[in-house]
Amino acid sequence: MAIATTGRVPARSTPRRRRRTPGTARAWEALLWLGPALILILGVVVYPAITLVATSFNTYDIVGLRKGPAGFTNYTNFLTSPDLGQVVWNTTVWVAAVVVLTILVGLALAQFLSKEFFGRRFVRWAVIVPWASALVITSQLFRLMFDYYHGIINQFLMGLGIIHKPVDWLGDPAFTMPSMIAVGVFVSIPFTAYLFVAGLNAIPTDVYEAARIDGAGAWRTYRDITLPLLRPAILIGVVLNMIYVFNSFPVIWILNGSNPGFGNDTLITYMYKLAFKSSQHDVGLAASAGLFNVLIILIAVGVYLRFVGWREATKA
Amino acid sequence: MTTSALRAASPPRTIATRRPKGWRNARRFVLPLAGFVVLLVFIAPYLVMLLDALRPSGEVLASPPTFLPKTWTPAAFGEVVSDPAFQNWLKTSLIVAICSTIIVILVAIPAAYFTARFTFRGRLAFLGLIVITQMFAPTSLVVGIYREFYDFGLINTYTALILTDAAFNIAFALWILQGFFAAIPKEIEEAASIDGSGRFGTMIRIMLPLTLPGVVTAVTFTFIAAWNEYVVALTLIQDDSLKPLTVGVNSYVTAYQQNWSQLFAASLIAIVPVVILFALIEKHLIGGMTAGAVK
Repeated sequence: MAIATTGRVPARSTPRRRRRTPGTARAWEALLWLGPALILILGVVVYPAITLVATSFNTYDIVGLRKGPAGFTNYTNFLTSPDLGQVVWNTTVWVAAVVVLTILVGLALAQFLSKEFFGRRFVRWAVIVPWASALVITSQLFRLMFDYYHGIINQFLMGLGIIHKPVDWLGDPAFTMPSMIAVGVFVSIPFTAYLFVAGLNAIPTDVYEAARIDGAGAWRTYRDITLPLLRPAILIGVVLNMIYVFNSFPVIWILNGSNPGFGNDTLITYMYKLAFKSSQHDVGLAASAGLFNVLIILIAVGVYLRFVGWREATKA
Repeated sequence: MTTSALRAASPPRTIATRRPKGWRNARRFVLPLAGFVVLLVFIAPYLVMLLDALRPSGEVLASPPTFLPKTWTPAAFGEVVSDPAFQNWLKTSLIVAICSTIIVILVAIPAAYFTARFTFRGRLAFLGLIVITQMFAPTSLVVGIYREFYDFGLINTYTALILTDAAFNIAFALWILQGFFAAIPKEIEEAASIDGSGRFGTMIRIMLPLTLPGVVTAVTFTFIAAWNEYVVALTLIQDDSLKPLTVGVNSYVTAYQQNWSQLFAASLIAIVPVVILFALIEKHLIGGMTAGAVK
């Protein structure tokens, strides 16, 4: 790309002709090429977002008919609801634990999967399975496996002597969130590991050769060469996982399905219950919760990017 | 930067570091063994699923449970396949996934090609919009999506699901395709335009064949995302016969009936083709993610 541009510098420096460089296009032409994508995104992403804002300022009856303007009532109701503190805390624990564990295990797994060994292809296929499977199906599967009476996990752990009596993984408040986090990590690892394998592949071999000639050991090579060069991939892994995990619905919806109240809900499932499952079906309240969620994820990602220095990292 | 996709397409190399000789001999056994353990960790839950699908539902709920079935029977698969409800869910899943994938590809290819090749006013705004789309998973907007389709009378329609799945998957397809388009040397395209091809002709006849792995990856990703979508379908489809598999299969296990072996048989029918599809593009996957993500 650099070569192509330098070749055209003289042409551009003659102001009289003002010919556009071949790489630039007029706006109407762009509209032609991007139009279909734009229409779809405006219609089904932007429009619902606007609808969400509008809905949050109105009240609705139980079947969803608009009753009238609500001002900020939905927001004050949402922000003062007694369950919000617990729900925000659950969300923080859920996102932080799943993202951190996923990144750490993902890094290790990626390192392993980029080594060459007999049968690697099968291991890579196995890692794909939770990624390709619908989250809701995997969640149902874990719901049974975690079951107090019929679950294989209790059976397995008791067989190994790790626990001596069955644990109510999805009913006992002390174990529900950790169990859900375990499933969250399990389903997030494949994508993350693959992202890091891609990142590792993009690191030029000669860098490692130079390190080897300099006599750097395995750990130093990893810390001083691999990790810094993997930084863009790690950054993207953290941001995308934050978004995915925050928005993750099926794992909590299914695994926490039989518990009453909001004791283990995250902001997403809390919002969903307000909108579609609570006795009031309060769409206006749920819309303000939805906007709150959008804001939270924007802030969280923004703070993270600020913290790690997005510009500096993407330059690498 | 533009070479990253090409480089990633070449097979990954071994990283030669100085290691004691004993390790070099040992790793021939240690690595495959560790690999087998990793494989088991990721497969084991789905093995449990298979074994539960292959026994009567009553035995799934035995307490204590056994790992292997006491009675082996493939009956659940037969019951599920001949269940008209299941056939309807499968039909919905197929229609929705295929239609939304076609829409995404038709819409994302020109957009990806154009943004990879040309600068124009509003390019950054467009790319910003795409990033934001990716952040607003349908989940956080689901109340707004529900209101929109409610207002347009599209609750309980395939159209609603197809449009939503298509719109929210444009972003990822666009990133992948853009990386592949950007990796093709400009000279190839310039030669084609000298030959007299228009821009669209150049894209179709010269660029598309060169980016086929990218297209395949984008197609697979979109198809799987639409096939596995849950929350939008759960919200927009109340009519049992119009539900997709992800929502429908859950009705095998409710407060009133506990047909776990049927749930798992149906689940396996939903999972296996997608896993195979995914495994087939595994090689392109890494190239696609490098191109899309490492930049």
